[in-house]
Amino acid sequence: MTVAPRKPPLQFFLRLRRALGGRAGWGALALQAVFVAVLAWIGYEIVANAKANLDAQNIASGLGFMSNTAGFGVSQTLIPYSETDSYTRVFLVGLVNTLVVAAVGIFFATIIGFMVALGRLSPNWLISRISGGYVELVRNLPLLFQILFWYLAVLRTLPSPKQSISVIDGIFLSNRGLVVPKPVGQEGLIAFAVAVVVAIIGCMLLRSHSRRKLFRSGRALVVWPYALGLLLGLPAAAMVIFGTPFAFEMPTLQGFNFSGGARLIPEFVALAIALSTYTAAFIAEVVRAGILSVHKGQMEAGAALGLSRRSTLRLIVVPQAMRVILPPLTNQYLNLTKNSSLAVAIGYPELFSVFAGTTLSQTGQAIEILAITMGVYLLISLVTSGIMSVYSRRVARSGGA
Amino acid sequence: MSVRPAPSFIRAALVPERHAPIRTTSLARVLWIRLFSSPSNALLTVTGAALLWFVLVPAVRFFFVDAVWEGQNRTSCLVTDTSQSIGACWPFVNAKITQFIYGFYPEPERWRVNLTFLLAAILLLPLLIPRLPAKRLNASLFFIAFPVAAFFLLHGGGITGFGVSWTAGILSSLADSVGNAGRQLAASGEAGEFGSILRLLGNAVASIGDALNWLASPLSSLRDRLQSSGQPVWYDFGCTAAIVSLLLFLFSGGFRAGWGALLASLTTFVGIGLVIAAMRLDRGGLPVVDTRLWGGLLVTLVVSVTGIVSSIPIGIALALGRRSTLPLIRMFSIAFIEFWRGVPLITVLFFATYMLPLFLPGNFTVDGLVRVLIGIALFAGAYNAEVIRGGLAAIPNGQAEAAHALGLSYWKTTGLIVMPQAVRHVIPGLVNSFIALFKDTSLVSIVALFDLLGSLRASFADPAWATPTTLFTGFAFTGLIYFAFCFSMSRYSLFVEHRLNAHRRT
Repeated sequence: MTVAPRKPPLQFFLRLRRALGGRAGWGALALQAVFVAVLAWIGYEIVANAKANLDAQNIASGLGFMSNTAGFGVSQTLIPYSETDSYTRVFLVGLVNTLVVAAVGIFFATIIGFMVALGRLSPNWLISRISGGYVELVRNLPLLFQILFWYLAVLRTLPSPKQSISVIDGIFLSNRGLVVPKPVGQEGLIAFAVAVVVAIIGCMLLRSHSRRKLFRSGRALVVWPYALGLLLGLPAAAMVIFGTPFAFEMPTLQGFNFSGGARLIPEFVALAIALSTYTAAFIAEVVRAGILSVHKGQMEAGAALGLSRRSTLRLIVVPQAMRVILPPLTNQYLNLTKNSSLAVAIGYPELFSVFAGTTLSQTGQAIEILAITMGVYLLISLVTSGIMSVYSRRVARSGGA
Repeated sequence: MSVRPAPSFIRAALVPERHAPIRTTSLARVLWIRLFSSPSNALLTVTGAALLWFVLVPAVRFFFVDAVWEGQNRTSCLVTDTSQSIGACWPFVNAKITQFIYGFYPEPERWRVNLTFLLAAILLLPLLIPRLPAKRLNASLFFIAFPVAAFFLLHGGGITGFGVSWTAGILSSLADSVGNAGRQLAASGEAGEFGSILRLLGNAVASIGDALNWLASPLSSLRDRLQSSGQPVWYDFGCTAAIVSLLLFLFSGGFRAGWGALLASLTTFVGIGLVIAAMRLDRGGLPVVDTRLWGGLLVTLVVSVTGIVSSIPIGIALALGRRSTLPLIRMFSIAFIEFWRGVPLITVLFFATYMLPLFLPGNFTVDGLVRVLIGIALFAGAYNAEVIRGGLAAIPNGQAEAAHALGLSYWKTTGLIVMPQAVRHVIPGLVNSFIALFKDTSLVSIVALFDLLGSLRASFADPAWATPTTLFTGFAFTGLIYFAFCFSMSRYSLFVEHRLNAHRRT
């Protein structure tokens, strides 16, 4: 005769207790109630004080100001903007400027950072010392110091447009910023763009085809001549058939300033240089740590298989290092984006400077404006770190590096 | 039956043999291998040498060979004839150095700043050398006693009461605030659907406030009696010392085991009393120097040291909160940490400068420097929380489990078992976050405080020293100060890390 297994006891209350009070049970629930009460009291104090203070200082509240006329000019606008536009427009102009300087900074920081990291790992003694010196020098000086240095000591002391420095014809560097030829679209532009896209897609197809071939037959196809031909030939053909895609409008000196061409304002140039060189030093450390994290045995195993040093790096070391590098690298990109707010010190019109700077001093609505500004940066951070945590979970599931 | 596919990757021929390793004994040989072993390597070396040549030679010429070393104003740093080139203008630094270090701190009072720097150095150096004893005493002196003493030294001013008066003041204002909140709530419950519930809740909160007031009443009456006496500070000090010592004595075991605590408490109070007497805090103390006059390196150091000292407790609390099993506390900690880590520091400084005054009662004005310090403490606290959490996570679970098995409570487990071990792992990270904070203090110049960088910028505006080379000279000098601080700290952090990992090396 078998004894029927006893039913487990009803665990509803246990579960409830666990959900509400964690491991410590009902006592913890009381503790949390006190905690919430204290938070509520602090919140009440803040709201009550803010209300009283705003009333006393006659400051309006609410987001109504966003549709008011801004009435101030902005020195760099990538979307149409005039002084009669609203504060909402100012916000958008600043946001676009932030994103632009962040994108430019990230681009150059990545290139410089990887170069410096490889230099530090180079077997050449001199190169590794120079790269190490660069990293130490740049990392140990405040970013704001560097921004001010580039802006005040380098770009502002450049000669006036009349005596501007020109290394290559058409590019002028002066204390009014960097003037470059401006590409102006012609009738062949659309055909040219289509040709470029088609060439890129063709190259990707070629690559996957050669991969499949390699895995099936064990022999690598030589595809790079075809890829090169595609990349150069298709756009060239488009240019011949449909006409030139764009012409360059050359800047010319007229009176005391340049006319024509595209001008990068000195604030932008200084900020982009400072942000990219500063972040590059951190990226170099991240990349170096990532490459060093790959065990020496991996390199040796590759050599034992008869792979050349280059193929070992490309096929074995870099893919493993990338897994380690990518999360802190995104972190550095995020830092660069947040650090672009330091532009307020030199007056580059990015989000913080035009919105939390000028708009705040004009309207005086500190709470709303700072909340919006902080919210934008917070959103960028949270979205990026969310994507990163999904990525690292996937990496962890696939065995990790 | 399936036919096995032919294996793909098989070499037809053997890989050619490599050369035997080269003997790398002589220095010349090593240099040759590391610099000129192959044509590409030689090319790299030449490029690097050229780069160094084009950077170092002009720099040396500018800072030393062509530099101007003596002069009274800008004329000595200007080009007199076009053939000669002028380098760094060191007299500019000489003229502005007091501004770079003290800001506008009044000259007769500067000994106070120097004394503070000296005290900090005396207390900090033994703390940094791992071999020296009495770390606990040293740390408590540096992290608790020193900031208080430094405040009275740098800012000046005295005290009118001590522990009893302060506690009574805080308690009664807390009770008033809670009572007011309750009455407001009850009043707002007059209209609306949930009126009765709101009124009940409001009355309950108000009665909590009244109860607090009632609890504080003995302390308040004691305070009033002390304040009306001739020597309020000293009587109050005596009362506080007696109450605190007695409580410590009773709580740590009474006549059975409490003598150590009693002795420690009495010694501490004697020390505090000596400091009060020495600085004459009971008679107004040193003349007050408004924080608007502070500047230069002084502000940079005050902001960064206060930031790190006040952010460590915040960081510990947040890190423990984030590891806690209580859902609400964990959620609050995560939200708090991620919020401050997700926004740039400059928005935090603006928040502290423009928003914080709105959140405080109208009659309560906070000094500009203190506002910035609050913002920086919160910001750095969130970053330190992650550093400390990393240290806590490095301690194996078995340690906490063993402590639980021995019957230790959560706080004892944390305080006696986990934290002391985690601290060792945390120190390099904390030093790194201190470096970051030290560099970030330069941002306070944006919210109108004159730290080192702000003083530098202000000094550029002086027309008496406006020369083409002033900018480079100023940046070089301040850069040197920043670099010296940050570089030495980063080396120290590496040293501690190396020591911590000693067991992993063979």
